[in-house]
Amino acid sequence: MIVAEQKPLEEIKSMIADARKVLVLGCGTCVTVCFAGGEKEVSILASQLRMATRLDGQEKEIRELTVQRQCEYEYNELAADHVRDADMVISLACGIGVQTMNEQYPEKLTVPGLNTSGLSQPTEQGVWEERCQACGNCVLHLTGGLCPVARCAKSLLNGPCGGSQRGICEVYAERETPCVWDQIYHRLKDLGQLDKLLEIEPAKNWHTSRDGGQRKIVREDLRL
Amino acid sequence: MSEAPRPEPESQLARRLAAGQFVVTAELSPPRSAQLESVAQEVDVLRGYVDAANVTDNQAANVRMSSLAVSITLVQRGLEPVMQVTCRDRNRLAIQSDLLGASAYGIRNLLCLTGDHGKWGDHPAALNVWDMDSIHLLRMVRNMVDGPCYENGRPIPKVAPRLFIGGAANPFAPPYEYRPMRLAKKVAAGARFVQTQIIYNVGRFEEYMARVRDLGLHEAVHIIAGVAPIRSAGAARFMAENVAGMDVPQAIVERMAKTPRAAQPAEGVEICLEVIEQVRGVEGVAGIHITAINWAEIVPEIVRRAGLKPPTQQW
Repeated sequence: MIVAEQKPLEEIKSMIADARKVLVLGCGTCVTVCFAGGEKEVSILASQLRMATRLDGQEKEIRELTVQRQCEYEYNELAADHVRDADMVISLACGIGVQTMNEQYPEKLTVPGLNTSGLSQPTEQGVWEERCQACGNCVLHLTGGLCPVARCAKSLLNGPCGGSQRGICEVYAERETPCVWDQIYHRLKDLGQLDKLLEIEPAKNWHTSRDGGQRKIVREDLRL
Repeated sequence: MSEAPRPEPESQLARRLAAGQFVVTAELSPPRSAQLESVAQEVDVLRGYVDAANVTDNQAANVRMSSLAVSITLVQRGLEPVMQVTCRDRNRLAIQSDLLGASAYGIRNLLCLTGDHGKWGDHPAALNVWDMDSIHLLRMVRNMVDGPCYENGRPIPKVAPRLFIGGAANPFAPPYEYRPMRLAKKVAAGARFVQTQIIYNVGRFEEYMARVRDLGLHEAVHIIAGVAPIRSAGAARFMAENVAGMDVPQAIVERMAKTPRAAQPAEGVEICLEVIEQVRGVEGVAGIHITAINWAEIVPEIVRRAGLKPPTQQW
């Protein structure tokens, strides 16, 4: 799922410095599941902002609302009255939600309250680990089901560099992030597929990823 | 897997290796500023003692003068360069254009590397490129030389680059069992020589070489063993504990630690000479690569005392 983390309170305060009435708008989907932008987090942030702005002597009116899915117009329509009454909106959705709101309500600026930080798996309570970079050209069938594009610090496609110690990637050693190529090696060994590691993977076509410009899927079969 | 014999070796290094002569290379760090005096000084120190000098490419992800510019200077000053190229800072377009320029200026040896992560460098906020990895790079260069074609498959008109292509090999990074396979992959991609990670654990290196020989790789690629004199007990401990992919046995750390501080550089040289003596006897080792960062003046002493004999050597 998409995971995100709340921005520092000071940064959020500075973004809304010129507004008097502010709507904190949560999202009930991915960021609710990762405890970053659901109803509860909206309530906490709203309370913090009320207190902080009162202490600063510039108390703002902070409203709260959480829609089911901020990346779709029809859910955001339920926020229309709140948006109209506010000077500014703080979105506690991922970057998609923030942009949807700005597009849907161009007369009001919606600012990001979260930093969207990846497509991750919740591996234990309170821990999310990145698993996918949405590169647009999946290689998981070649690598034992472990993604080197997202999980190798260098996105290497032809095996491990020299930078692992006891199976831990040197780049993220303090986070104890495993070297994914060490994991791929052992996984392919267990599967009896080590021969796959001898094949030279061609240089990746990044056109399907960040370098083809903004990506867009059009499914004619689904269009109305 | 081995390359067809070539009519004319690309470089002196290639010629010496093809003739079965034991080679010596050393590392040369480009300056951190826009002046070439320090390069000229290092060239004067190394010339005559080594067959070629590696010119690093923003080593450890710190900004330095480009390996291309410094390699050209080496050519002009009569010391054969091994130009290093990493995939961290440049994409396939930038690398290919640099290689056309390198060849045009007479650079004939190229070392293809993945590159250290930018995290520890002096610009940790920079984008790490990694459009390609070292194996892609080896194959791209091989195709530029032999195709001759660009990475996109289109032919290179008129004059193709002439380069003797090498890579790195690290016997000391896990998974150890995979390391010989990775060497095989680099050879298949186009590596004709490799320089190894710095060797302190000779036992592990011998195990690695045994497997390399089982695969017949020692006959398909020239393997140059990496060594480095340790300058202090602190450096030994740091490498042992903090540098991934380095294997400094505890015995060496302790030996340095119990040496009086003033004698530690000399002890480091002694250890280096012992490693050279041990690895030069390992079947399949074609030469020695000496890394002495900020300590170029020690290279002639090591070469002399180890009895390594480059071709033009007059002393």
